[in-house]
Amino acid sequence: MDIIIYGVINSATLALMALGFTLVYGVSRLPNFAHGALYVLTGYIAWLLKNRLGLSYPLAMLLSLVATGLIGAAMYQFVLVRVRGMPISEIIASYAIGLAILEGLRWGGLKGATFTLPPFVEGGTELFGVSVDFQRLVVVGIGVLLVAALWLFVNSTRLGLALKGMAQDERAAMTLGIDSDRMAVVAMVLGSVLAGIAALVLLPLGNIVVEAGYYVLIMAVAVCIVGGLGSWTGAILAAFLIGFAQILTVVYLGTHFQVVVALAAIIVTLILRPSGIFGRQKELEERV
Amino acid sequence: MADKAQDRRKERVDRGIKVRTDGVYAISSIAEISYLLVPRLVLIVGLLALPLILYKLPYWQKVLSIICIYSLLAIGFDFLANFVGLVSLGGGFYIGVGAYAAALLNTKLGLPPILTIPIASFAGAAICTLLFWPCLPLRGVYFAIVSLMFPLLAARVIEALDIFGGTDGILGVDGLPSGWVEQYVLIASVLVIVFGLRRLISEDVGLVFQGVKDNDQAVRASGINITRYKALGVFIASALGCLAGGCLTHIYMWAGISQFALDFSIIPIAATVVGGGGTLIGPVIGCLILVPISELLRDFGTLRIAVYALILCAFIVFKSEGIMPYATRKYQQFERWVTI
Repeated sequence: MDIIIYGVINSATLALMALGFTLVYGVSRLPNFAHGALYVLTGYIAWLLKNRLGLSYPLAMLLSLVATGLIGAAMYQFVLVRVRGMPISEIIASYAIGLAILEGLRWGGLKGATFTLPPFVEGGTELFGVSVDFQRLVVVGIGVLLVAALWLFVNSTRLGLALKGMAQDERAAMTLGIDSDRMAVVAMVLGSVLAGIAALVLLPLGNIVVEAGYYVLIMAVAVCIVGGLGSWTGAILAAFLIGFAQILTVVYLGTHFQVVVALAAIIVTLILRPSGIFGRQKELEERV
Repeated sequence: MADKAQDRRKERVDRGIKVRTDGVYAISSIAEISYLLVPRLVLIVGLLALPLILYKLPYWQKVLSIICIYSLLAIGFDFLANFVGLVSLGGGFYIGVGAYAAALLNTKLGLPPILTIPIASFAGAAICTLLFWPCLPLRGVYFAIVSLMFPLLAARVIEALDIFGGTDGILGVDGLPSGWVEQYVLIASVLVIVFGLRRLISEDVGLVFQGVKDNDQAVRASGINITRYKALGVFIASALGCLAGGCLTHIYMWAGISQFALDFSIIPIAATVVGGGGTLIGPVIGCLILVPISELLRDFGTLRIAVYALILCAFIVFKSEGIMPYATRKYQQFERWVTI
C-alpha cells in the first residue's frame, strides 16, 4: 500500500517539476535548461521576502512567483530570442544562464540547512495505514489542480488557444496573426511561474539547496523525453511511470539508484522509441 | 545613423596576399611564406615557450597543464560538434573514464605512466564509444541531452555500487617524473592533435564526417554507414578526453568521482564558443583565456562557474562566431563601405 501512495506522490512531484519545461518546449520548441535554476531561485526569493523583509508567507509566495515570471520573460527577451532556431545555442545559452544563477546563489551563501520554507499545512495523517504528511497531499492536490487549470486555459481562452496553435503549427499560427515571439514570451513566463509553483509546493518538504536545481532539471528532461517532448498526456503518463519505477527501486534496491532510474529511462526510451510514449511521428524524423 | 546604415553596407574582400597564398604561389617569396607560417609559428613557439616563461611561477606552470587538459577536451568537443555534428555536453565522462582507467592500470597492475596514459586513452575511448553506440542514431538536441546524462550517471553508479573506491576514489596513483615532462607531454599532444585533426578533416574521412554533419540522409543514400562514422568520431573525441583524463589522474595522483564533475563539461564548451567553433585552434585559444580567469577566481569558489557561464552567454549572444574566425577574417580580408 505504501508503494502505491508514495508512488502517486512521487509521480505528482515529477509532474509538477516537468510541467513548466514541457510547456515551454511544446509552445516554442525551446529547451529551457534554466528550468531548475528558476525553481531554486523562486524558493530563495520567497525565503528572502519572508525572512529578511518580514512579509507574510502568502504575499512572499505571490511576489516570488511574479519575480520569477519577470526573470523568465527577461531571459527570453534579452538572450534566448537572439539564438532562436539554433537548437544547440539555445541549449548552451539557457544552460549557461541556469548555471550562472545556481552557482551565483551558491556563492551568495545558499548552502546548509538554514534555508527552509514552511509547509502550507503542518502535521500528517494516516491513509490506509500509511502515515503521510499533509504537505505531500497538498503536492498531489496542487498537481491535479494545475493540470486541470492549464487544460482549461489552453482549451478555452484566446491566449491559451493561441499557444496551442503555436505548438501545433508555428507557421500556420503566424499566418493567422499570432505573434510568435510574443507567444514565446508568454510561454516562458508561464513556464517559469510553473517552475516557481513547483518550488513553493515541493521545497517545504526539504531544504532549499542548489543541487535541487540540477535534480529538477534532470527529472524534468527525463519526464519530457520519456513522455514525448511537448506532449501533455505523455508527460503526465511518464511522470507516473518514472515515479513508480523510482519508488520501486528505492524499496528494492536503495536510494542511491533513484536518479539512475530516470537516466536509464531516458536512454532506453531514446533507443527504443525515440519520439517518446506520446510523441508524434514528425518528431521521430527530427530526432533520429 | 539609422538611415545611413540603410544606404551603405560593408563589403569584405580577400587580401591579395591571401589569394596568392591559396595556391602554389605561396612559396614564391618570403612575404607569402611568412604570411602563412607566422600565425602557426606564433602558436607553436608560444605554447612551447610558455613553460620556460613561467619558470619562476610553479603555480602557473600547473595552470598551464590544466589549460592543456581542458584544451584537449575542447578540441574533442569542437571536432565532434562542428565536423561530425554530434554535440556532446558530457566532456566530464571522457575525463572520468580516462582517469579511472589510468588509475586502475597504475595501482592494480603497477604499470608506469608512460604505459598507462596511452592505454587509458585507447581503452577508455573504446569503452566510451561502446557505451555511446546505442545513442549514436540520435541527433542534435537529443544526443546532447543523453551525453549530458552520462557523467552524472557514471558518478551515481560508482557511488551506489561502491566500486573503484566509491566516494573516496582511487588513491596512491604515481605522479609524473617532473613538471617539465608533464607540461611538454601535454603541450606536444595538444599541438600534434590540433594540426593532425586539421589534416584529417580535409582527408576523405573528414569529408564523410562533414557530410554526416551537413546531411546525413544523403550520406546514407550513398551507401555509407553513418553510425560507424559517428562512432569513429566519438572514438577520436573520447580518446582526446581520455588522454586528458589519464594525464590529470597522474598529475593529481588521484582519481575520483569529482572527475565526472560539471567543470569538465562546461569549460570546454565555453572555450569553444569563445575561441570559435569549427576552427580546432579556437578552443585552445579559448582555454588560454578562460582557464586563467577561472584560476584567478578560485578564491571565490563557485562564483567562477557563474562567471564563465556569463562569459559563455555573452559570447553566444553578441559574438557567436568567436575570436578565431574573427581574427581569421581580419587577417585574410579587408573591409570597406560601399553605397547601394
